[in-house]
Amino acid sequence: MTFTRGFHGRRARDPRLPPGQYDVGSDWPVLTAEATPSLPTATWNFNIEGLVEQPVKWTWDEIRALPGSDFAGDIHCVTTWSKLGVSFQGVSVDTLLAAARPMPSASYVLAISHTGYTTNLPLADVTGGKAWVVWDYEGQPLPREHGGPARLLVPHLYFWKSAKWVSGLRLLDHDEPGFWERNGYHDRGDPWKEQRYQGD
Amino acid sequence: MTEQLSGAGEAGSFPRPGKWQMAKVTEIRRETPNAKTFRLDLPERTAFLAGQHFIVRLTAPDGYTAQRSYSVASAPDGSGTIELTVERLPDGEVSSFLHDVVMVGDDLEVRGPIGGWFIWRGATPAVLVGGGSGVVPLMSMLRLARLRGQADLVRLVVSVRRPGDLYYASELPGPQTTIVYTRATPPSWPRPAGRLSAADLPVPLNPDATGFICGSSGFADAATAVLRDGGMPVDRIRAERFGPTG
Repeated sequence: MTFTRGFHGRRARDPRLPPGQYDVGSDWPVLTAEATPSLPTATWNFNIEGLVEQPVKWTWDEIRALPGSDFAGDIHCVTTWSKLGVSFQGVSVDTLLAAARPMPSASYVLAISHTGYTTNLPLADVTGGKAWVVWDYEGQPLPREHGGPARLLVPHLYFWKSAKWVSGLRLLDHDEPGFWERNGYHDRGDPWKEQRYQGD
Repeated sequence: MTEQLSGAGEAGSFPRPGKWQMAKVTEIRRETPNAKTFRLDLPERTAFLAGQHFIVRLTAPDGYTAQRSYSVASAPDGSGTIELTVERLPDGEVSSFLHDVVMVGDDLEVRGPIGGWFIWRGATPAVLVGGGSGVVPLMSMLRLARLRGQADLVRLVVSVRRPGDLYYASELPGPQTTIVYTRATPPSWPRPAGRLSAADLPVPLNPDATGFICGSSGFADAATAVLRDGGMPVDRIRAERFGPTG
């Protein structure tokens, strides 16, 4: 290992922090590269399409009427900040997929945003209680700049996988790189393995 | 770097991050009371494009590491060196170490270049709008344009609070640049202090230009609206936003 002259590190390392990450504390950096869209809930919708038995589209009222599910834990951005001990409220992706019934050939998903943003994930990373569509943060409506009215939440992967302003999931039988993944970022993005960039 | 952006537009091929390498600090310059530029000699002579950034990783003897991402301020000139301008943040573990401890001759571990979206290849017209330290990647673009004798391709508008906050103050001013002071101006400055507005944009706005915006999230939103109101199609605007990084 090569040391940096004079560097000892400031604090004891929180075991909740993956390698190369730091605790951003009470801040929540907003790191998007587009104008924040305004998406009225009256016309908002979310759909599941692709390799499913039953494509489904939910309106705002319909998705909020589904059985709720909360997440409490940590989120990790590839730009090296982590935010520890946060909570989100929404619906489990398992609940949504149960209505659409994925075909046996479905093995990947492409998350799509109302802005046109996309990000790809293995189906196994959004099932089994690991992913949500969330509309509340710490009990309050999710702010627009953080993806409101609703965003995908896949907290065990780097946060660019948690698509803001999410509009749906497309189930596929192959991995189809999304926006950042086509631009050099890792296809899976596991923060504990530091899968930041293609080839990591 | 960004958490997310829209799928509009594609960047084509661009340099990808290589392995970690030990760069030598060959020069340190103070830009403002809170900002220093570090010139680094890259043993791998890594190529990059204007707008990309590098990660700096510090490692303690017990294996503890801290790393941050910094935009390159220098032009891609094939020299095998990069200049990173680092703003010292009040509680910034990495930025305060770089400011207070690092000296010329030290080795710093870096990896890059990162980013395939917020890049300018030096061949097409560009309108650059930077807020505060957001000028750093835009300076790489301006320097590239000047280096190639194509300074007219680029127009840079930089917004700072007061005169002492302007990075690259001896080099940046010129026929391609506009400086907007939001709180206090130099003596007898023609424009009163105030927020960036459409009146600050170059006239006429080149219809073929791509807009590059870099700054805080609030600044990026405001600058996007200003460019849009100035007639630039939204799909030609690229914005790099940053929150606090220490």
